[in-house]
Amino acid sequence: FAGLADVSISGDIPVEGEITVPVGSRSPDEDYSTLDEPVKDTIMRDLKAVGKKFVHVMYPKKSSALLRDWDLWGPLVLCVSLALMLQGGSADSKDDGGPQFAEVFVIIWFGAVVITLNSKLLGGTISFFQSLCVLGYCIMPLTVAMLVCRLVLLAGSGTISFIIRLIVVVAMFGWSTLASTAFLADSQPPNRKGLVVYPIFLFYFVISWMILTFTPQ
Amino acid sequence: IACLVIYLFAEFDDAANLLAANPDATTISIDEPEIPKNQHGRLQEPRREEDDELLGTDDSDKTELLAGQKKSAPFWTFDYYQTFFDVDTYQVLDRIKGSVFPVPGKNFVRLYIRSNPDLYGPFWICATLVFTIAVSGNLSNFFIHLGKPTYHYVPQFRKVSIAATAIYAYAWLVPLALWGFLMWRNSKVMNIVSYSFLEIVCVYGYSLFVYIPTAILWIIPQKVVRWVLMIFSLCLSGSVLVMTFWPAVRDDNRRIALATVGTIVLFHALLAVGCL
Repeated sequence: FAGLADVSISGDIPVEGEITVPVGSRSPDEDYSTLDEPVKDTIMRDLKAVGKKFVHVMYPKKSSALLRDWDLWGPLVLCVSLALMLQGGSADSKDDGGPQFAEVFVIIWFGAVVITLNSKLLGGTISFFQSLCVLGYCIMPLTVAMLVCRLVLLAGSGTISFIIRLIVVVAMFGWSTLASTAFLADSQPPNRKGLVVYPIFLFYFVISWMILTFTPQ
Repeated sequence: IACLVIYLFAEFDDAANLLAANPDATTISIDEPEIPKNQHGRLQEPRREEDDELLGTDDSDKTELLAGQKKSAPFWTFDYYQTFFDVDTYQVLDRIKGSVFPVPGKNFVRLYIRSNPDLYGPFWICATLVFTIAVSGNLSNFFIHLGKPTYHYVPQFRKVSIAATAIYAYAWLVPLALWGFLMWRNSKVMNIVSYSFLEIVCVYGYSLFVYIPTAILWIIPQKVVRWVLMIFSLCLSGSVLVMTFWPAVRDDNRRIALATVGTIVLFHALLAVGCL
């Protein structure tokens, strides 16, 4: 700065301009202002987003809302509730029981990750977490089926209850597969759709099998 | 001068991109039709006439060349692994058909894989087989004991873990051992058709497909039916393997060739008996 020492600005040169913060060009998502809102608003916003996705799964139309704003809260809640309900089926010995909580949890999450990797390796354009989000949310019909199965098993465990459970599980399995295919199939190259849909089918089939073969203590 | 600097940086960027895309560019000139020798250790040997009928077409030279230039992404990028999944639905279905109906005299690798081995088929066929075995084992247990008043149904979930370990170990370790063995024999006897590791994994994976309907039919609780089914499926998938590997070992010492093929069949039979 040595060369600037002898530069002087005479005091009567007017310096013009405005130093105001333009209000209109605040960032479009206005997330910076959510720090001041009450906690209830924050939680309700997330809950509403999750709820909206559940509704999307129930009536699967080709909307991009599920894909765009992915979140993993819904899948986590569904997975934990399903694993809790499936836990500790009847066991004669230590080895012959139904799947434990950790096994169900690992199957669901590891299965979803493998299917996502598979679809990405085959050239899909969907992002990793979007795919996990869709696969997780589409477990919802199967969780409903599990609930119904447990209620039916409370009433009795004969042949009629088995037939009811079979019908419910098969219907929900079909619903899950169709819902997830409706969301995921568009992002795949057209001559590989079958290759991508088959693992999803296998995944929901395994979960349905675990639900159907659940027998209480 | 600033423009020159920017131009030089752009040049460096281009050069870096070129090198990243084709790391062998410095060692091989693109004009010569030469296969890089370090691609999966495959040897380009002069073919004999007897091999031609098994090799399918005469332009397998070109397909090998294309394959050699295809897998040029470095192995730590995602694109490298994407090259192993470069199949369409109809191709996978064709390969499965080829494994279920083996045509005598036609080599599965040359006819269907043609230097495009994929990992989709082996992986998902093994996964399906694991779950099919677990489900059908459970169901067959249920039907055997149906009607007995003391029977209490249990879903045997341990079967899944055991089956998964066994099948994936078979589908990966046995090809590894076989590939190592073939490479070792290659160094001693020159004129052997050799396969890359992925092609061997591919053949083993697709040959396991026959066991899936067999496992489903295994639910029938009749012993005779089960044994007949098992021997039938063993013959089918074993023949695919034998026809694939016979050209690779027949130039070798007679006894070693027979021993190799015999070991292949033996392991396959062990898997069948163990799983079913």
